[in-house]
Amino acid sequence: MNTESATNTCPVSERENAFEQIANVIDLYKGKEGSLIQVLHLSQKIYGFLPLEVQEFIANEMDIPLATVSGVVSFYSFFSTEPRGEHTIRVCMGTACYVRGGKKIVEHLQTHLGVDLGGTTTDGKFTFEIARCIGACALAPAMMIDDTVYKQVNINKIGRILEKY
Amino acid sequence: MVNLTINDQPVTAEEGTTIIEAARQHGISIPNLCYMKDVHKIGSCRLCIVEVDGARAPLASCLAVVSEGMVVHTNTEKLRRIRRVLFELMYSDHSEDCLSCTRNQNCEFQAMGKLLGVDSSRFEGERSSYHVDASVSVTRDMSKCILCRRCVTVCNQIQGVGALFPQHRGFDTEMAPAMEMQLGKAACTFCGQCTIVCPVGALKATNSEQKVWEAIGNPNKITIVQVAPAVRVALGEEFGMEAGTIVTGKIAAAFRRMGFDHVFDTDFGADLTIMEEGTEFLSRIRGAFNNRNAVLPMITSCSPGWIKFVEHMYPDQLDHLSTCKSPHTMLGAVIKSYYAEKIGVFPGDIFVVSVMPCTAKKFEIARPEMQNGGYPNVDAVITTRELAGMIKSAGIDFVNLHDEEFDNPLGLSTGAADIFGLTGGVMEAALRTVYELITGRELPFEKLHVTPIVGLDQIKEAALKIENPLPDYAYLDGVEVKIAVTSGLAGARKIMEQVKAGNSPYHFIEIMGCPSGCMMGGGQPRSHDQDVRTKRLHGLYTEDEGKPLRKSHENPYIKLLYDEYLGEPNGHKSHELLHTHYVQRGIFNQLTDETFVADAKVIAKIKTAAAIRDSAKAAISKLRQDESASPKVFELESENRRLKTELADALETVDILKSVFNK
Repeated sequence: MNTESATNTCPVSERENAFEQIANVIDLYKGKEGSLIQVLHLSQKIYGFLPLEVQEFIANEMDIPLATVSGVVSFYSFFSTEPRGEHTIRVCMGTACYVRGGKKIVEHLQTHLGVDLGGTTTDGKFTFEIARCIGACALAPAMMIDDTVYKQVNINKIGRILEKY
Repeated sequence: MVNLTINDQPVTAEEGTTIIEAARQHGISIPNLCYMKDVHKIGSCRLCIVEVDGARAPLASCLAVVSEGMVVHTNTEKLRRIRRVLFELMYSDHSEDCLSCTRNQNCEFQAMGKLLGVDSSRFEGERSSYHVDASVSVTRDMSKCILCRRCVTVCNQIQGVGALFPQHRGFDTEMAPAMEMQLGKAACTFCGQCTIVCPVGALKATNSEQKVWEAIGNPNKITIVQVAPAVRVALGEEFGMEAGTIVTGKIAAAFRRMGFDHVFDTDFGADLTIMEEGTEFLSRIRGAFNNRNAVLPMITSCSPGWIKFVEHMYPDQLDHLSTCKSPHTMLGAVIKSYYAEKIGVFPGDIFVVSVMPCTAKKFEIARPEMQNGGYPNVDAVITTRELAGMIKSAGIDFVNLHDEEFDNPLGLSTGAADIFGLTGGVMEAALRTVYELITGRELPFEKLHVTPIVGLDQIKEAALKIENPLPDYAYLDGVEVKIAVTSGLAGARKIMEQVKAGNSPYHFIEIMGCPSGCMMGGGQPRSHDQDVRTKRLHGLYTEDEGKPLRKSHENPYIKLLYDEYLGEPNGHKSHELLHTHYVQRGIFNQLTDETFVADAKVIAKIKTAAAIRDSAKAAISKLRQDESASPKVFELESENRRLKTELADALETVDILKSVFNK
């Protein structure tokens, strides 16, 4: 895995390319009411995260006050203003998962990965977060890595799951 | 018309009226904390809830619209209980520094607690983090914010600036610039409209009262005070007088009682501004009509909130701004040069205080451009509200003061200067002089009021045809001078979009940063009078019409100032003292390193009470931890007691919530 690109922001050429792509996304949504969240969502996919410079770029292109853009970014836990790991682990802390041991999984992951909630591992591989109910209550306790849901997770399973990445 | 019943009283209301307004029209007031008629209704405080027969749950009356046959109750026991719980929940996350808060006894939240009869606060738990941020103009203390979002509406919708927006969520929510940037670093215009609508002490003008008292008390300083036109029709409100009451004479008297050495009038600076700005306009017009490079339209530069707005939003259009400083900085510059020489005083020993209806003026004097010979033109700006506070704390019986006059020579002014305080006033004052200079005749309007630009519309325009000008201005014969006036930054944006696109039809534009002009400035008293605008407007026109001199160029001391010192308008000396230049800032403040964060001393002062209390709490809990090794049994017992009380409280809360939601 290329640790460099994950821990730092993109290299210059990639960065310019990213801004170009974001500009294209904004073009796509131009004039549509309430498209800021979509634009931010796609921009995060392109850039990896949403630092001030990306927010400024979006605010400028969409003619929306910067404070509004930042307000939306900071409201939704899905958006991040910090560089993110290659993969995102989200442990569900919805009611069902919580009572069936979600908290234990969180504690275990914290020691296992050596990061706090919201943090990214030093090798840039994982960003570790919690989620508020991912809608898999019957499979509690559940955990997501990127788009994959892992059901009935327990401490013993975690090592094997993480090995896949 | 719609027929409905409110509190068993049959009433009628126009279709589309909200319940809260329908009730108000019939003398029933419904408690609320976030609602502002026609401006802000988002139902965030929920205190305005009412019961409507047939409705599943209480409705927010600021949002719910009347309908035929509706039966509304605004004052049931159930509503009273819910309102109290809501209030207590808000209170549980509110800083309790009422005694040391500038809004003490002038706080809508505090008044609401009294109104609702709240006599205890039962909820304790998580609290928002404590966050203070002070710019030179506006201070944000988020420990006091009740999240009503009025400031957000005013900043975004009314002013179109967008410096404030809710950031984060839950207990972390705060009304702030992007990424918790300090206001002093953000593209905030410091117009202070947020400080007018804030119901609590969360947004306020950065206080300068102490600085002024210290200068007055310093025997080595000569303190010279000046007061802006808009203050004289609003200050009375702070002392229970009707909006628009003219208290000019009382202000002069109060200044002397407070201990100021010389008492001058910003109106003199306004007359001076007209001489400079009028001359500048004529020379631009002359240039434009004689095929020389001249940037038109020319736009007024008296309003520092507007100036900061244009510097941020249209940094490539700054050539349109008049190079004139604002009236109070002009007067400050004259005081520390001409007057200092006249009275034989070293300018560094003079401390100039400006009383302004404005928070942005605090930023203006912090601009590096606003100094001459190393001395700031003005040393401190206090708002109308701060002046009221100082007069009260000095024990002056303001209402019963006998009228006094300002000192001469810098206290005499014409009526043209008074109307600087309202939208259209600077333009009218300029036209009174410019028209006469061009034609040799008086401005052809009744009472000299340029009727098309009188009033409170957002954008007003007029055209003035020049006929039979004096020989010097022959090239203007038959020319229609087109003017526009706007107040409020949303209007300014409309005007500037035209200017930027190069299709502005105007020659001369007046822009004031606050809607309706300085009389509704961010430093003025917070008014609950629906007619406050027209009353203050009327007050200023009355002051203007009551003066023997109505045109700036007729002010004898202005003439004397030019004869004795400045030479001629726009002359060398004038340029040095009375004119300025502007800074390209950019929408993210990215074009400059300049920031306007209050200095650390000020911030430390503001942080006092709550910070002390927080640290005291922390110290106590640390003490408890340290002692924990000793009598373990005692601790367990007390923990047990605490848990029992907590349980009892929780049960009570559950009961309350049950009854609230079940009834």
